[in-house]
Amino acid sequence: MQQIPKEMFQPAAADHGEAERISKPSLSFWKDVFMRFRKNHLAMFGLVLLVILVLFAIFGPHMTKFDYRSNDYMNTNKPPSGTHWFGTDELGRDLFTRVWYGARISLFIGLAAALIDLFIGVLWGGIAGYRGGKTDDIMMRIADILWGVPYLLLVILLMVILDQGLGTMILAMTITGWINMSRIVRGEVLGLKNQEYVLAAQTLGAKTSRIMARHLIPNAMGPILVTMTLTIPSAIFTEAFLSYLGLGVPAPLASWGTMASDGVQALQYYPWRLFFPATFICLTIFAFNVVGDGMRDALDPRLRK
Amino acid sequence: MLKYIGKRLLYILFSLFLIITATFFLMRAAPGGPFSGEKKLPPEIEKNLNEYYGLDRPWYSQYADYLGSVARWDFGPSFKYKGQTVNDMINNGFPVSFYLGMEALIFAVVFGILLGIIAALNHNKWKDYTAMVIAVLGISVPSFIMASLLQYIFAIKLHWLPVARWESFAHTILPALALGATPMAFIARLTRSSMLEVLANDYIRTAKAKGLSQLVITVKHAVRNALLPVVTYLGPLSAGILTGSFIIEKIFGIPGLGSHFVLSISNRDYTVIMGVTVFYSIILLTSVLLVDIAYGFIDPRIKLAGGKKGE
Repeated sequence: MQQIPKEMFQPAAADHGEAERISKPSLSFWKDVFMRFRKNHLAMFGLVLLVILVLFAIFGPHMTKFDYRSNDYMNTNKPPSGTHWFGTDELGRDLFTRVWYGARISLFIGLAAALIDLFIGVLWGGIAGYRGGKTDDIMMRIADILWGVPYLLLVILLMVILDQGLGTMILAMTITGWINMSRIVRGEVLGLKNQEYVLAAQTLGAKTSRIMARHLIPNAMGPILVTMTLTIPSAIFTEAFLSYLGLGVPAPLASWGTMASDGVQALQYYPWRLFFPATFICLTIFAFNVVGDGMRDALDPRLRK
Repeated sequence: MLKYIGKRLLYILFSLFLIITATFFLMRAAPGGPFSGEKKLPPEIEKNLNEYYGLDRPWYSQYADYLGSVARWDFGPSFKYKGQTVNDMINNGFPVSFYLGMEALIFAVVFGILLGIIAALNHNKWKDYTAMVIAVLGISVPSFIMASLLQYIFAIKLHWLPVARWESFAHTILPALALGATPMAFIARLTRSSMLEVLANDYIRTAKAKGLSQLVITVKHAVRNALLPVVTYLGPLSAGILTGSFIIEKIFGIPGLGSHFVLSISNRDYTVIMGVTVFYSIILLTSVLLVDIAYGFIDPRIKLAGGKKGE
């Protein structure tokens, strides 16, 4: 047996150096999603568009010396020009200011409706899904029956009865609007609640509310966000629809819907009065739709081909 | 199957009961009586009117009455148009709306599916992008803007088609286009994504390997399976077409039920609003049920009776 002198042995470096180092920062789930989202040009375009629209909604009304409600009978129905960038309406109100003021109201309606739907839907669907059994049965039967009530008819009915205004409109939209969200949340929770980490949390004695808030909802966040993003354009759509029926926000408030429906009446002679609000309604709905679609694709890579 | 239909019918009845109750009490809570107009009526006349329409009786008796008469398919008189009942309005208006709706439906289904198939077969080529741009436009443009623009361009500027009214087939083209645009866009997107999914399946590869032509593969193998999601969409679609018709009928001056409904909203003609709402709800709920039943026939893999709860 060959003898190897002790001196020939050398301690290996404790530091394994380059080979073991993780060269890329670790990706969390959401970073991964965002990377996929960023590759989707259409969705990114929509996102940029949304940011621009929101910035204009915030700063737009302050960019001119006009305010959204003061009439100017010397300058009615003026086409777009250096002073009135988007022209004026039949009372001489500056359309640029009004369009961006209207953006605030339309976006607010969309956002508020989506947030309220989110809140009720997550609570309702989460509890129904997590509890299961009789609770689930009763809660979902209630949702089923409400689901049978035609959405727009109910909204119209409520708007006829109640005083017109922002709050009423949001109430009318959310009264059955949350059902869709609750169904999606329930479906997600049903799938998630049998996972080991939920069992682990239960074993450790976590309360239901904690399991919901810390484990179930965060893991269902993807579909929830997508649903929310797609609720906003449909709320803006509904707002425009109601405005056309004369059930929109009362004057002198301006929303895109009321402005577009005024513009429709004036289309033959003053086309710009329809053009600007209509363009921004379409752009916004388009942007939210492509962002929502992009998010859905990014969250579920299996769907991408 | 029968058990399933029975259960669904029970739900529909319950939903309807809820809708009728809600509309009844909402209308009662509405500000102003049915006869409060610009001119104040002499108290005797108002009293007589109230007696005539049964408005002087307590609410529960009126409510029971209303439930009973709806069950007998009688929606009562219009408060604003003397001598006209809500039933008259439905009988006169609905056929017109139905005709228009069917035309829009056919337009939406045929062109939507066609556009979706073309897009899927040319995935990621210019034809795909063009079709999807059309679809996105259809989804992003509210119907009243679409309708006004169509009317402005094709009727007022180009004089190709009549501006409004309801007389010949030419009069129906623009409204049907405007009404069908949004559903068409939805169907195109649905068809495209489900076609893409189906085309990636093994049996399509088998069909290709057998040497079948693209046309046969598409028509006989792909489309049949790809159309299932489209069939499910037909339920909500009928709702969209129905409510869309309010605006379209108003813009094009079509004497359908939708324009009666819109008029009754601005007139605050409460019995008409109530009656038409209930009528629409019945139509909608039945059409959703019919679509679900049809679905079971088209795709035998779906079993209705043994369906999971909550599905």
